[in-house]
Amino acid sequence: MLYVHKPMHIPDGFLSVIVSIVFWLISVIVIGVALRKTRSELVDREVPLMGVLAAAIFAGQMLNFSVTGGTSGHFLGAALATILLGHWPAVLVMTSVVSVQALLFQDGGILALGANIFNMAIIGVFVAYAVYTLIQRLLKGQAWGIFVAGFVSAWLSILLASMSCALQLAVSGTSPANIAIPAMGAIHALIGIGEGLITASALIFIYNTRKDLLKLGETKLLSNKTILISGSLIALILAVLSPLASSYPDGLERVAEEYGFIKHAQAALFNIFSDYTMPGISNPALATIAAGVLGTIIVFGVTYGVARTEKKNTQELTKR
Amino acid sequence: MLELYQHHYSILHRLDARVKVIFTLAFILSLSLTPPGAWPAYILFFTVILSAVQLSRLGVGFVLTRALLAVPFMLSALPLIFTGPPPLFSIALFGEIQINLSSIGTIRFASIGLKSWMSVQAAILLAATTRFPDMLVALKQLKIPRIFVAIIGLMWRYLLVIVEEVTRMLRARSSRSAVLPGSRHSGGTLFWRGRVTGGMVGSLFLRSLERSDRVYAAMLSRGYNGEPPVFNSASLSARDRKTLILGIATLIILMLLGLITGG
Repeated sequence: MLYVHKPMHIPDGFLSVIVSIVFWLISVIVIGVALRKTRSELVDREVPLMGVLAAAIFAGQMLNFSVTGGTSGHFLGAALATILLGHWPAVLVMTSVVSVQALLFQDGGILALGANIFNMAIIGVFVAYAVYTLIQRLLKGQAWGIFVAGFVSAWLSILLASMSCALQLAVSGTSPANIAIPAMGAIHALIGIGEGLITASALIFIYNTRKDLLKLGETKLLSNKTILISGSLIALILAVLSPLASSYPDGLERVAEEYGFIKHAQAALFNIFSDYTMPGISNPALATIAAGVLGTIIVFGVTYGVARTEKKNTQELTKR
Repeated sequence: MLELYQHHYSILHRLDARVKVIFTLAFILSLSLTPPGAWPAYILFFTVILSAVQLSRLGVGFVLTRALLAVPFMLSALPLIFTGPPPLFSIALFGEIQINLSSIGTIRFASIGLKSWMSVQAAILLAATTRFPDMLVALKQLKIPRIFVAIIGLMWRYLLVIVEEVTRMLRARSSRSAVLPGSRHSGGTLFWRGRVTGGMVGSLFLRSLERSDRVYAAMLSRGYNGEPPVFNSASLSARDRKTLILGIATLIILMLLGLITGG
């Protein structure tokens, strides 16, 4: 089987219904705006361009390179799509990719699709847009600035998308914030390096062959202030919220309570957050260490699992 | 193998795609609304999905094992067992060392696992019994924006073409940087390998951009005017409607049962 399941797609059953519905609503609104904007920009070229490029991102996710013993660098594509196409088309392309992955390959749930679209097609794209534009401005159009901006924006878009994923799991009461956020962050800080390297090298290749495409992206990118600001805000909020939530998980519990997430769930279940010393260990320092060890085991478990499937996949590929 | 669809002659294959899409969504939604630990309701939900699997003639083993694909994600819920609220019960490992487990956390962990397993089964049934073009028509009839459905449709149509292109690129790469015996990977340094892959991604992007130009020109030459063709949406037949209402009523009853018995 060619298709590899990815660690950031949330399956059904892991998010609470309210979280799923809230993120469906947000995603539907953003996709609606994206459809209108690309329609006015591309007129009748929209369907073929978006469709073929979505297929290319989907297939491009098969391109990987070995890092060490079985682990491999991986490509998600949100940042590259944003840099080359502009943010609204990139939202559509990534939404198509994530939707088809859920509908055809059960990678990510159907009820959870709204949240997955939000993480990968909205957070991923907006953050990449904001970071790329800001760095480009700071470096004042230096040629090498494109690659630095490409690397950093790709890395951050992966990292922040995974943070948003961890926060959704934490608010749903599936994963304690103080374990989910560091674990997800650590995995994706590594995955993001592969993404950044691939994105920057793809930009170098395109810079050498079709400079005009990058110029086109530049003017398009530099024009939209609202997206720039909202993208930076998202990045900032996630960057501040994630460590905060992971060190004060009770705060998240309070938020959950206030918004009535608790109503249908058993109240006791949300006590998960209130008592975050490891049960059975009375010394808080020891408990933190134990939580850290548990987090590390999870990190290595997940990465090892991913690596194993990847390795098998590449072996099958080469055998074909 | 890229697609899950398997051709069989079964009631589920013949069912209107709209009914299947709505029922799948309703199944996953009602299952998600069922509280953790409602084992009797879970058993009944499992019966519903298992009978649907039987009806589809896909093979119970195939669906149940493929549905395990969400298992790695269970790691994210694993801490619940240890960090859940009291009452705690302890298990002695070797003599002195004990680990404490939360029973509520364990119940919740098991419930998440079962729910996600059954939800994936429902999604597999939908994808394996419905041709993708039929699903697209259904989505369109269910008022998903036409342009978006058209984009996904075109993406699906070119997916195999581009996947083959990627496979060729991968083959070309491995033929030019063969793995030496005793070496774990092919090619140069890590940075070099990353750069080569990035170059492949860039070239895939350029080729796809050019392909989209050709596709667009071909579409224009066949009279495309920016609007994907409209399907006349026949309304659901009385029988389909009855199936759908009956199915959703069953799900609601199961969910209510779960709310009573759960937790």
